Amino acid sequence: MSKAVVATTSMAGCFGCHMSFLDIDERILDLIELVEFNKSPINDIKHFTKQCDIGLLEGGCANSENVEVLKEFRKHCKILVSVGECALMGGLPAMRNGLPIKECIDEAYLNAPTTKNCNPNRILPNDDELPMLLDRVYPCHEIVKIDYFLPGCPPRADLIWNALYALVTGDELKLPYEVFKYD
Amino acid sequence: MSEFVSFKIDGKQCMGRAGEYITEAAERNSIYIPTLCNYKDTAPKASCRVCTVKVNGRVMTSCTTPLQEGMEIENETAEIQDIRSGIIELLFAEGNHLCPSCEKSGSCELQALGYRFRMMVPRFPYLFPVREIDASHPRLIKDHNRCILCKRCVRVMKDEKGRSFFAFYKRGAKLEITVAPELADKITDEVAQKAMDVCPTGALLRKRQGWDVPVGKRLFDMKPIGSEFEQVK
Repeated sequence: MSKAVVATTSMAGCFGCHMSFLDIDERILDLIELVEFNKSPINDIKHFTKQCDIGLLEGGCANSENVEVLKEFRKHCKILVSVGECALMGGLPAMRNGLPIKECIDEAYLNAPTTKNCNPNRILPNDDELPMLLDRVYPCHEIVKIDYFLPGCPPRADLIWNALYALVTGDELKLPYEVFKYD
Repeated sequence: MSEFVSFKIDGKQCMGRAGEYITEAAERNSIYIPTLCNYKDTAPKASCRVCTVKVNGRVMTSCTTPLQEGMEIENETAEIQDIRSGIIELLFAEGNHLCPSCEKSGSCELQALGYRFRMMVPRFPYLFPVREIDASHPRLIKDHNRCILCKRCVRVMKDEKGRSFFAFYKRGAKLEITVAPELADKITDEVAQKAMDVCPTGALLRKRQGWDVPVGKRLFDMKPIGSEFEQVK
């Protein structure tokens, strides 16, 4: 049987979910028997080279690049899984959702204690190469169809492992109380 | 003297006193009916509807329905569980419930119900309402993002004359809790702590103290909410 192909990405996230994924310890040896990775920060493949079975998404959509990556994942993956609070509801970045973007940018580049005195020309990042910020941070399932959700900040390693194992083998998902958390 | 009556929950024969509320009778029969706005020794309010059951085929709130002889109550059927889960999901979608950054996380009853129903993500779109955090009181923080308007603080937190420390303020979608101005000075650290404990979410927080219980030892870290009733056999 050929291995399941997995792709992962971190959009508006902190890479904590990827760290938690690596927290499966010695089961990483079982993992490489079970799946092969395509586009993912784990193996540093930047672009999809084939169709994948499972896409693991960390982080919500805060800018135009995140949306582009997410749509690319939907195109190349049979099953998409939102991993972690940010992918599910925007998480910490979504705390800006009530604020005007100008206020956020001004705070980051003009008024913050670390930038206040070192930006005398009051330059704001404005380059065609830079992705545009969205009006607010969107959960992944508000942009494309998401098939499964794994909550947690980060989701416990056991939860990610159980879910991935269940998806690949077709077994029922084990969901013990201790691994199912929102924080 | 109240008379004893027999009734059934999900087909299980139970005994209780006539006129007591269904939630209380169920607990004494080792059956947990999830509640959120209900608080021990306080008159029920039925504002959250999480304790919804079917009594003789009709949907009712079990915290305000007095027990009668021969009631046939549906508690853990798929239909009822879906209604309850839907209510929890609505509450999560309606406010800004950022569990990772909340001091009450792990001891929050709303979160614990989410765990109990294994809510992965609300079925409803998030509203992301714009609400304020009011830290003007010297001992108390009010975070309206997390308030579910259950009125627990208004009903439970009273001074020695029976006046409520908290009250509802404004109307409709703008409704929020506020501290009664004439009693604001009377909120000591102890009162603030009790308000924090009474609040089912993290909407009321005592100042200058938080994150004091390590992860793993918080109320609902290891045991689901309601398991204390179910274990008594």
